[in-house]
Amino acid sequence: MALNPKKHEMPTRAPEVRARCFGEVALGYPAEIAREEAKRCLNCKNRPCVSGCPVNVNIPDFIMKIKAGDFEGAYQVISETSSLPAVCGRVCPQETQCESKCTMGIKFEPVGIGRLERFAADWHNANATEKAVAPESNGHRVAVVGSGPSGLTCAGDLAKKGYRVSVFEALHTAGGVLVYGIPEFRLPKAIVAKEVETLKDLGVDIETNVVIGKTLTIDELFDMGYEAVFIGSGAGLPNFMNIPGESLKGVYSANEFLTRSNLMKAYLENPATPIQKGGRVAVVGGGNVAMDAARTALRLGAEHVYIVYRRSMDELPARREEVEHAMEEGIDFRLLNNPVEILGYLNPADPRDPKNGFVTGMRCIRMELGEPDAKGRRRPVPIEDSEFTLDVDTVIMAIGTSPNPLIKDTTEGLEVNSHGGIIVREDGLTSRENVYAGGDAVTGAATVISAMGAGKVAAKAIDEALSAR
Amino acid sequence: MYRIIRKTILNPTVTQMEIEAPLVANKALPGQFIILRVNEEGERIPLTVAGVDKTRGTVKIIFQIVGATTELLNHKNEGEYIQDFVGPLGVPTHTEGIKKVCIVGGGVGCAIAMPVAQAFHEQGAEVTGIIGFRNKDLLILEDEFRACSDRLVVMTDDGSYGRHGNVTVPLKEMLEAGETFDLIVAIGPLIMMKFVTLTAKPFGVPVTVSMNPIMIDGTGMCGGCRLTLVKDGRRVTKFACVDGPDFNGCEVDFDEAMSRSRMYFDYERHAHEQTCNLLRGADA
Repeated sequence: MALNPKKHEMPTRAPEVRARCFGEVALGYPAEIAREEAKRCLNCKNRPCVSGCPVNVNIPDFIMKIKAGDFEGAYQVISETSSLPAVCGRVCPQETQCESKCTMGIKFEPVGIGRLERFAADWHNANATEKAVAPESNGHRVAVVGSGPSGLTCAGDLAKKGYRVSVFEALHTAGGVLVYGIPEFRLPKAIVAKEVETLKDLGVDIETNVVIGKTLTIDELFDMGYEAVFIGSGAGLPNFMNIPGESLKGVYSANEFLTRSNLMKAYLENPATPIQKGGRVAVVGGGNVAMDAARTALRLGAEHVYIVYRRSMDELPARREEVEHAMEEGIDFRLLNNPVEILGYLNPADPRDPKNGFVTGMRCIRMELGEPDAKGRRRPVPIEDSEFTLDVDTVIMAIGTSPNPLIKDTTEGLEVNSHGGIIVREDGLTSRENVYAGGDAVTGAATVISAMGAGKVAAKAIDEALSAR
Repeated sequence: MYRIIRKTILNPTVTQMEIEAPLVANKALPGQFIILRVNEEGERIPLTVAGVDKTRGTVKIIFQIVGATTELLNHKNEGEYIQDFVGPLGVPTHTEGIKKVCIVGGGVGCAIAMPVAQAFHEQGAEVTGIIGFRNKDLLILEDEFRACSDRLVVMTDDGSYGRHGNVTVPLKEMLEAGETFDLIVAIGPLIMMKFVTLTAKPFGVPVTVSMNPIMIDGTGMCGGCRLTLVKDGRRVTKFACVDGPDFNGCEVDFDEAMSRSRMYFDYERHAHEQTCNLLRGADA
């Protein structure tokens, strides 16, 4: 039997169509294709893929189930270790994780592990009739700060063991980056809502509109009877470049732009929350957030969208599939370019001109890669006298985010590092007794899956600590 | 869902509501604000906490009907619910060590200034209140202000009540007459806060202003509410939702703040018209 050297193609909405709408880009394998793709898995003995997964999903086992046509069984295998399978299948950078270790990948293309995971999760959501059941309570109460991937995972794992968990979310909808950061065309919000519903079925209590550090402090949570607290508050503080013109109208942090579009649904016709639509847009940055912002701007009707990134394609950190999709959609990649100033309209004759204060362009400089820095990444260096102006009316800064200092400022004894990340032991315990942390709040902005891994690790540690009482 | 316990019309454009939100009521201090949504598809808007009742677990908000969301909010009645209500956000107003304060309130800004005036009064400071309105129909909270001020001046732009003129006039007179305030607190439209600051600046009296930019999340994650302070010639970016809403008036770039506040002007006007039409149609 000849093994297919390439992954089975993922049905994808055509670039010209999808660049103007918010429907999902990757449409998912039909069942027959999923089974064919599953046959490519050699079920090899040493299973390197499992070690490549930050939550160690039992990959060969679920793939074998798909191959046998037991799709619900495949879902059950995945959900033993992952609490958000429909999410991970869509947003994990498999090319640097499980698929990068795949034995098939040595000579051929790796098995489409991500696509199969998505298939199993979607099949379950479409076909399963039984709701998850909350196990009997063990009497212990745990509080989780933040309903993003790390918080939801920690809550889910503890709930399955009988803990009574309350998740406190600052925004009005649960999901964290899954709802405010990642756009509808990559991760439909209905899917996130379904995952959250499953957690509620498991007995997790989700309290929205509670800002820990303002509405309640962590110390007050202990006073209220919670025995342990997991901090999954993320890295939501946006970085700005601090170049001139950054406060002009039309300059957004990627967080603001994406929150308006995704969470506040500004992408709809006639939304209650406005967002600048159309025009010519420059997105500064090269990560997944930059890709999301650029592709969102395109779908909101922009006539031209630039990605302005100071290094080259090799260093661009975004997930490969997002970069490919972005290029197919016509996003203009300006690599080895860096902004130096944002220009705005000023009518000296009329201070009341309504166009005053809006972005009219962005001055950039060309870069070249110089000597490697301490981490081995080649440092971008400006090329003298190479400035030029990009004709844009919207600038989106997607240059990274840092942990919000609110929790640190209101929790005595909680130690953080120089980047604001909460300092933790290997099991997630912070410098405060019974307070754990994980995800972006610890590492700075990273991935959904590594946040989930941290949530799992902390749940295990909390379970051990509270069981010992 | 958060229940509207009480609704009071203060004047044709300003409404007061008491919302049941015990966690917020328990924590909110003068100067802090909340963010609310009226319904599920609605926008998030910030409103300053005008007072709390810890026993009943309610938070008082006073809002001017200026756009789509405040129009929808005003359409709600006692016993009905609003979708979301979160707080308390922002840094409370600093009142320590102040013995003599002048509180200047402009228009609906007086509603925001009220709890601050009360706080200073309760801690024993001498409070001079200057409140100004466009005309006498827009007057609000005069009695409440009088109750916590040692001296109160009421101004109207058109002279239909109190003294004729804007709030900077009596302030300038007092400063020129040698009044020594430890602090001036100015709360109202941006242009008013800018001119109160300019009036006080030559006399070297510190001025605290309460900034009210467009906000989305209110917790420091988006930077939409950012403003610029000029400190010793250097321009520094601050987020009004977490560093403010109070700032040193002498440092604030008001012109930039005013420009940024107009970013969605056309959109907002259109949305307001649409909402009014919708509500009128629904009521018909």
